[in-house]
Amino acid sequence: MGEQRIRQIVLDIISLVAPDADLSNVRDEVPLREQLELDSMDFLDIVMELRKRYRIEVPKEDYPKLASLASCVAYLGPQLQGHA
Amino acid sequence: MVDEQVVIIGAGMSGLAAGIRLAHFGKHVLIVEKHRIPGGLNSYYWRNGRRMDVGLHAVTNYVPVGRKQAPLPKLLSQLRLAREELDLCPQRWSEIRFPGCTLRFSNDIELLFSDVRDRFPGQVDRLRRLTQHVEAFDDKRLDVEPGSARQVLREYLSEPLLAEMILCPVMYYGCAREHDMEFVHFATTYKSIFCEGLARPRDGVQRFIGALVKRYKAAGGQLRLGDGVARLDVHGGRVRGVRLESGEELPCDLVFSCAGYYETMRLCSDVKEPPAAADLGRLSVIEAISILDRPPADFGLDAAVVFFNDAEQFPYACPSGPVETGSGVICCPNNFERHEDLPEGVIRSTALARYEDWAGLGDEEYARAKREWCERLSTRVESFAPGFREHVLDSDLFTPRTIHRFTGRLNGALYGAPQKLRDGRTRLDNLFICGTDQGLVGIVGALLSGIWMANLHVLARS
Ligand SMILES: Cc1cc2nc3c(=O)[nH]c(=O)nc-3n(C[C@H](O)[C@H](O)[C@H](O)COP(=O)(O)OP(=O)(O)OC[C@H]3O[C@@H](n4cnc5c(N)ncnc54)[C@H](O)[C@@H]3O)c2cc1C
Repeated sequence: MGEQRIRQIVLDIISLVAPDADLSNVRDEVPLREQLELDSMDFLDIVMELRKRYRIEVPKEDYPKLASLASCVAYLGPQLQGHA
Repeated sequence: MVDEQVVIIGAGMSGLAAGIRLAHFGKHVLIVEKHRIPGGLNSYYWRNGRRMDVGLHAVTNYVPVGRKQAPLPKLLSQLRLAREELDLCPQRWSEIRFPGCTLRFSNDIELLFSDVRDRFPGQVDRLRRLTQHVEAFDDKRLDVEPGSARQVLREYLSEPLLAEMILCPVMYYGCAREHDMEFVHFATTYKSIFCEGLARPRDGVQRFIGALVKRYKAAGGQLRLGDGVARLDVHGGRVRGVRLESGEELPCDLVFSCAGYYETMRLCSDVKEPPAAADLGRLSVIEAISILDRPPADFGLDAAVVFFNDAEQFPYACPSGPVETGSGVICCPNNFERHEDLPEGVIRSTALARYEDWAGLGDEEYARAKREWCERLSTRVESFAPGFREHVLDSDLFTPRTIHRFTGRLNGALYGAPQKLRDGRTRLDNLFICGTDQGLVGIVGALLSGIWMANLHVLARS
């Protein structure tokens, strides 16, 4: 799966979890929490939606790997292989 | 564990919210509700062809679209509900009326500040500082220190009457204890009323309940109406299964309950002792609903909600007789935005009441007492809306006994037990309390409680 596609998957989940967030120019390297005012409840939901939709388990110690869009893409890329 | 079977006791606001969260994330959830209509304390019924709402004055925590970090948008996103589904209409303004002094407040706190500036010279900056203190206080932590709201108010405000006036709406909308309020609950409720604001769903509480039930079912949740949980089978510190009033037995891995803490513990198969009277809540209310042939503003009642108190001191305690009409809350649905075209005028008035005076009455005595107190409460309300009584098309009164009957709350205690279970845990590993007895009162409070408890005990854990 291409990076753009993974990026979009993450953004789609964020738009569900935080529908008021402005996703029009999220920067890849900056932590999502800083750009979008996401709190721990939102983070939990991102993890839960990844599990629900793509059966990806993100253990607690890996949460920091979801900090920015770029790190999400790097971390989720291998796990999303096999999903069309 | 995806295959966990969850049983939720009660389709109150918090039960529905917990149910939505758990079902959305793949749990097998069954909500069992005793009554035929969901909603619990906040429900509705039909009378003479009209839909009457129970327990809806206003929804607290209203913020306009665009204000993000607030409980209302948070709960909408957590429940994956669109704001439009609730169709919330903000209040115009509300009033706190004490002898010789009225303060107005709206969904812009500046109105309150400006009335305080006019009525209480020198206090407005103090009130601003109190507001900052409340806003900075982290009321979401599990381990908050106990604290007295009255004491904090004394520290910030040097005018006792102002402190009493501020307490009045806050206690009515969020205090399970008599006389004083736990500071954390004060902070939550103060923000929900003054820093955020009041609104009403255009079509009443049915709108809310309908949206929640639809969402819950869409997430795969099951709802059983008209059948209660009769017993929780307890072995080895866990609930192993539930037995319904219909006789059916269901296995379960987890149980959430919004039926109240003591009310729930009484269902446990290993319990012999009834709860101590001192632990149960005593605060209950009567509510009179008057349907009018014209809007309440025609009688001078143009505020959305009026919180009144006839003395300088606001006592807030279980009355020493059936009802205390010296203080109360009056709500006019017509005085919310976009409500101009409601076909009829409505005045709902609420006052504190004592369950024991209502519980033991025979049918005829009960009917007589209802008529008498409806009359007396109306007389009190008439001082705010002279002449309205000649324009009443229909009226109804519900009492502490009604609350007990339809929600099972002991003593008809609408605010639940005075001591809250902040983390929702019970002595049983897999039984959790949400809603009123977890600590948050009100519609939004109950919804947040259900979300919070589902997250804390199930979703964040797995
Ligand atoms: C007169 C009045 C006015 C109010 N006004 C407002 C207001 O203006 N704004 C506001 O925000 N809030 C208001 N409230 C408060 C609000 O209604 C409650 O705080 C909130 O609805 C509580 O929700 P809950 O989830 O704790 O549970 P509840 O609503 O108490 O629900 C508990 C449910 O459990 C069910 N149950 C009990 N035992 C069993 C059993 N054994 N088996 C199955 N089911 C069972 C009951 O039937 C009930 O449906 C008002 C309440 C009243 C009574």
